[in-house]
Amino acid sequence: MSVESIPIPASREECVVEAPVWQVRVGTRLSRVAAVAGILLVVALAALPAFASRNLIQDLIFVLTMLTLAQLWNVLAGWGGLVSVGQQAFVGLGAYALFAGIVMAGLDPVAAIPLAGLFAALVAAVLGPLLFRLEGPYFAIGSWVAAEALRLICAQFKSLGGGTGMSISPGELSQMVGLKAVQALLGLRPAAARDVLVYWLALLLAVLVTLGIYAFIRSRHGLALAASRDNAAAARSVGVRTARIRHVLWIAVAFATGMVGAVVYLQKARISPDAAFSVTDWTAYVIFIVVIGGVRTIEGPMVGVLLLWGLVTWLAQYGSLYLVVLGTLAILIMLFMPRGVWGAAARRWQVQLFPTQRWLGRSQ
Amino acid sequence: MSGFDTIIEGVLLGGVYALFALGLSLIFGIMRLVNLAHGDLILLAAYLVLSATTALGLPLAAAALLVVATMFVLGFLLQRLVLERVLGDDILPPLLVTFGLSIVIQNGLLLGYGADSRRLQAGAFESSSVTLAPGLSVGLAPLTALVTAIAAVALLQLIFYRTSLGRAFRATADNPAIAQLMGVNERNVYAIAVGLSLAVSVIAAIVFGIRASFDPSIGPARLLYAFEAVIIGGLGSLWGTLAGGIVLGLAQAIGGRINPEWQILAGHLAFLAVLMVRPRGLFPARRT
Repeated sequence: MSVESIPIPASREECVVEAPVWQVRVGTRLSRVAAVAGILLVVALAALPAFASRNLIQDLIFVLTMLTLAQLWNVLAGWGGLVSVGQQAFVGLGAYALFAGIVMAGLDPVAAIPLAGLFAALVAAVLGPLLFRLEGPYFAIGSWVAAEALRLICAQFKSLGGGTGMSISPGELSQMVGLKAVQALLGLRPAAARDVLVYWLALLLAVLVTLGIYAFIRSRHGLALAASRDNAAAARSVGVRTARIRHVLWIAVAFATGMVGAVVYLQKARISPDAAFSVTDWTAYVIFIVVIGGVRTIEGPMVGVLLLWGLVTWLAQYGSLYLVVLGTLAILIMLFMPRGVWGAAARRWQVQLFPTQRWLGRSQ
Repeated sequence: MSGFDTIIEGVLLGGVYALFALGLSLIFGIMRLVNLAHGDLILLAAYLVLSATTALGLPLAAAALLVVATMFVLGFLLQRLVLERVLGDDILPPLLVTFGLSIVIQNGLLLGYGADSRRLQAGAFESSSVTLAPGLSVGLAPLTALVTAIAAVALLQLIFYRTSLGRAFRATADNPAIAQLMGVNERNVYAIAVGLSLAVSVIAAIVFGIRASFDPSIGPARLLYAFEAVIIGGLGSLWGTLAGGIVLGLAQAIGGRINPEWQILAGHLAFLAVLMVRPRGLFPARRT
């Protein structure tokens, strides 16, 4: 609406009645439809184990955990400007904390998952101030060094298998909280029931993390974070505590990443330092998902993870060639479609299912 | 004499790390670009030299010259065709492009050469040693590595402070826009910088490839050592980078002497300790 079309009130009394009220809005009609569709999709996914094959459930565990990691990396690097190449540190720490909890402390696996997240968050809280001394791009390699150091430290624990790793026997997992109920509910054997339980945990985590990030980005704290990324000095001048908001984000992301690591390795039931701290599996794939889907969008990682799933299914048998293709694709996307597949589509057709941009609108 | 041996070993190892670090330091200093593919490019250079000596049958020196020229052209083209498009205020695109490149090179080498460990052959040079003092002899190859590192730093210093190219480098690093007004072709300066970085990496690759065996998976670790040397030494100082490499080498040698499993870890911990105590590095440039 142009400025000329705003009626100029003749007197003060009229002003109260007719003055247009401008407000900042984020939601759109489409986003409300998308929210309803999202709820239906989550309900459908939750009910899936009743019909789906065990293979599909295992594939979806991969999709859901990668989606969660991608959402977390997207908020950290995309919105927060903390481009970490060391997120495998927190996957590995979460996984090792889970194994330590089960094997050494005799904890219930499900109860050990949030503790694994807390452990990862604790390490992140210690490492954060150290790594934040490295500016921008140097933070990326610094986080990678930290992850490597943590991998080598984990390999020192002989009681957790040292450098070669260890497995948890199915017997130790058979008393897991909820396992008997799932077995009874779906009439499954313990191994298949464990997959279903892990699948539900992964789904729960994916939904909570996605909703949490969505709410955070739409809140004024999300705006403060974006401001800290774009211009830290200017953000501080209007009262944003840039160092604090980044530190809190870093710890929160590590907490959730640690829980994802615990869930992933609860399903694998076998751990080794090289696998749990793998930069390819837990950071390269995650970056690929976000880049292909679209940085700084909630929808991007969802599109990206589905594309990765497709590529894995078709190409993973080719090993190295598959990674060459993946890397080349990521470079080409970055060069010619820097907003990613979803970002480009959203711009072309003006569609936003989970809008995070603010726009000025006139109420009524 | 065991302690003294460890120190010598660490210092000599530091020469190799300094050579890894020079290329990384160079392009960060000039264009604020952190090249996550740096380690894999070093590995690529090592494999190219290997192919030149075995498949083409060239002597090592001729192979080195050929690969230095090849990598310089490759770096020039990499900047002009790829990196140039993503450099800007946003740090994300260049990081992601170089990370993608790292994965492509690493797995490309795996496809081309397989996962076996390889080594560059330098004849008698590999195993011969020189006696520095009675009872103290060091391997010729590690000593050459350190001398090469010192020579490379000196040469780069000379280029930076005594040539018109160096003046263009420093001017572009300070302010690209004003450098352009003064007639500096920014695009060429950047492309030459990346080319030079890769050319220096070839020297690093040869020195490293004679000393130790290598396989396609070890590129990222070279990047991390290079980075640690740069940060320990302090940003913006090439002599500092050499010192940083030596500190890193010493930390690894001492850690490895205590327990062989701790060698790499000791280097990482030394890096984190320096970051904690002296975040600007041990020998930062005076100019801020």
